[in-house]
Amino acid sequence: MKEIHCKLLVIGAGPGGYVAAIRAGQLGIDTVIVEKARPGGTCLNIGCIPSKALIHAAEEFHAAMRRSEKPAPFGLGHGAPTLDFGATQTWKGSIVQRLTNGVAGLLKKAGVKTVIGHARFRDGKTVAVETETGTQIIHAENTVIATGSAPVELPILPFGGNILSSTEALALKDVPESLAVIGGGYIGVELGTAYAKLGARVTIIEAQPQILPLYDASLVRPVEKRLGTLGVTLLTGTRLKAGTPDGKLTLEGSDGREKEVEAAKVLVTVGRKPLTEGWGREELVLDMSGPFIRIDEKCRTSMRGIYAIGDVTGEPMLAHRAMAQGEMVAELVAGKARSFDRRVIPAVCFSAPEVVSAGLSLREAKALGIETVTGKFPFQANGRAMTLGAEEGFVRVIARADNHLVLGIEAVGDHVSELSAAFALAIEMGARLEDIAGTIHAHPTLSEAFPEAAMAALGHGLHM
Amino acid sequence: MAIQTIKMPDVGEGVAEAEIVEWHVKPGDLVREDDVLTAVMTGKATVEIPSPLEGKIVWIGPAIGDMVPVGTPILKIEHAGEGEDDTAQEPAIAPDAATDKPAAAPQPAASSKAEPVPVEKPAPDRLPTSRPVAAETSAPVARPAHAPGAPRPEGEKPLASPAVRLRAREAGIDLRQVPGTGPAGRITHEDLELFLAEGPAVPQTGGLKPDLSVKEIRMAGLRRRIAEQMSRSKSRIPHITYVDEVDMTALEELRAGMNRSLKQGRVKLTLLPFLMRAMVKAIADQPLFNAIYDDEAGIIRQHGGVHIGIAAQTPSGLMVPVVRHAEARDIHDCAREILRLSEAARTGTALREELSGSTITISSLGALGGIVSTPVINHPEVAIIGVNKMAVRPHWDGTQFVPRKMMNLSSSFDHRVIDGYDAATFIQRIKALLENPAMIFVED
Repeated sequence: MKEIHCKLLVIGAGPGGYVAAIRAGQLGIDTVIVEKARPGGTCLNIGCIPSKALIHAAEEFHAAMRRSEKPAPFGLGHGAPTLDFGATQTWKGSIVQRLTNGVAGLLKKAGVKTVIGHARFRDGKTVAVETETGTQIIHAENTVIATGSAPVELPILPFGGNILSSTEALALKDVPESLAVIGGGYIGVELGTAYAKLGARVTIIEAQPQILPLYDASLVRPVEKRLGTLGVTLLTGTRLKAGTPDGKLTLEGSDGREKEVEAAKVLVTVGRKPLTEGWGREELVLDMSGPFIRIDEKCRTSMRGIYAIGDVTGEPMLAHRAMAQGEMVAELVAGKARSFDRRVIPAVCFSAPEVVSAGLSLREAKALGIETVTGKFPFQANGRAMTLGAEEGFVRVIARADNHLVLGIEAVGDHVSELSAAFALAIEMGARLEDIAGTIHAHPTLSEAFPEAAMAALGHGLHM
Repeated sequence: MAIQTIKMPDVGEGVAEAEIVEWHVKPGDLVREDDVLTAVMTGKATVEIPSPLEGKIVWIGPAIGDMVPVGTPILKIEHAGEGEDDTAQEPAIAPDAATDKPAAAPQPAASSKAEPVPVEKPAPDRLPTSRPVAAETSAPVARPAHAPGAPRPEGEKPLASPAVRLRAREAGIDLRQVPGTGPAGRITHEDLELFLAEGPAVPQTGGLKPDLSVKEIRMAGLRRRIAEQMSRSKSRIPHITYVDEVDMTALEELRAGMNRSLKQGRVKLTLLPFLMRAMVKAIADQPLFNAIYDDEAGIIRQHGGVHIGIAAQTPSGLMVPVVRHAEARDIHDCAREILRLSEAARTGTALREELSGSTITISSLGALGGIVSTPVINHPEVAIIGVNKMAVRPHWDGTQFVPRKMMNLSSSFDHRVIDGYDAATFIQRIKALLENPAMIFVED
């Protein structure tokens, strides 16, 4: 097979890799991208996108089911809904396919050559790709490692059979009668909530004292409350002691008492690990930072001409971080002056209700020794929230006490994921409380809670 | 109503152009007859141009510092007199005056009758015409001082929008160095622009602030003459400078004695008249030093008359009034003439011929004379004698050190005309005369 020489080789076509390749192609860089599966990586194929499809379908079904039992306050009632879960999966698959086809098209349009196969470094400038038709050797001046991450497997409860990772959980043919979720992080909570809405009896087991342990308790409380109304059992402060492939789990509470839980399916979401093996890292001399590849502010590894982006480089393992890194690396390779100087990487948990965080949490700000002022506005006092029947939750703004520079913004509530845009922009632009309070937000929208929270922090909330 | 054009008058023999050094009027001003309109400079003399009639200034042409050929319109006055505008003759140079009038037949009489009479020696009460006013004409637009934001604490990330950050990165600017004036110390695009234009602020201690202003001063008037003259001298004349010390003790004693018994009507003697008389004597031996070298014609004009220029500092700059025929003046006459000329130069009343025609020059800064100087020859002369500061210095008399009043002479010569040996001989002759001042008064 004829060897390929290129200026930029991207290994992995997830959100980081494909953005790097598209941007590089736009900049006229001779670029090759290697992907063993479909383009789009975890995010498009087995992560963000399919999970959101499932969450939406589940919510629709759940709302209809609830109304069939008791008409909605605005008078809508109907008979029991039906759900063809196979059709749900087909619909989800069609969305995924549209997006992955879209990415493939964008790569093509940008003039990027895509090689399907498994890449393996031979040395710092050479990669061998095992394709269906043989080994393809690629020589590259610059290489971007964007291999991503994979679900962490528990040694005492390996994946297989009824023991599912998020990938299998998204691809179930039927809604299980019961589901035990080990790990109450955002993936476990999102999927556990979805299956609960679809009718499964769900138990979430979390070793920490609360689910979504990264968030402040006040942000998590509405989620816990909603999970309660969905009939989800929350076993916090609880560890897995043993388990069987057929779903019999032995748990140990914080009080040391053992407890047996049996579930048709067990979803293990105890974290994700960077994919640092299986692609010839041993042929390179890459400095590591814990389990991750160490990078600098330009995503450079310890080897000249080798960059790393995305989940393989550390937390937060978020698609939009990888995308920003990928874009930057492409521009660096094009000779532009760039550096990863972003102030904020917003994060959204598509739980019920949704949780958004951008910038510093109150805890983090305090840990940095910054004197803060905070303001909070509940959706109970927001007109649009009332008309949506979504009064749970609030927006909270954290700012420096001395100059009112906004440090962090958090929100919990239905539909608040879309507020993340305003939150991130405010922090990235260096907004002060007065900037947010002084911006006219359209009425009636949920976003009005944002300036209200800023005004509350300034001591003159209007609608409180 | 008609418009009268004032042209640059013929201000002296052989002068083809003159420099505008001052405007006494501006468009819109009402002037009476004989009011001074402008001051122009030729050579080193200033000439005021009076208004020939009463009227209103409607146009001013050249700016201060412009060299204007004789006959060029410089100003237009609207007056109540009869007749058509004479501006119709020069439509090309007067587009802003009376352009809508039909082109009339040329009327040469209109302008010739109004030819202003140059006033070469202005009356002292409405004088100082030669003061360059460069400072007023070129006041730069003051840029507001950049008030930097509150200093960022060490290690704190600079606050700036992504667009500002990108611009800074592409310009190679470390934003940590850029003061932010926005809310909460945010770095704005304007802050970045200012930083790009003016560079990093000097760390400010004790309330001292860097002054980033640049003031443009137009070289005009006397300053320009000096610059031109100095350039001409230094670029055309290969200078040789010779320095020797002179024991002035005897001369100083003699000078003090003469000043004590000064006759009525005589002015106090300074060092300069002695030096001038010594120079006259030295020139009698070596007449080549009292010469004008016309290098273009290849002719040295060795003058019989010793016209000694005295480089003098005046409020408007360096001037060189000339003591004419020093060979025909005794020491008191020289002293009187020096006093008169330096006074005239200082007050700006020196005549043009009093400021030109020297054949050799003395440069003296008096108490500021320093130890050594490198005088620049007053082109097209061939020699200049520089006088340094006099001071009591120890002098070895053969058996011991004795305090003597010592003074250096730093003198430059045109090496094309004068050889080093001759220059040294000339200065040694002057030195010998000054050290034995009685010889100055001995008739050869």
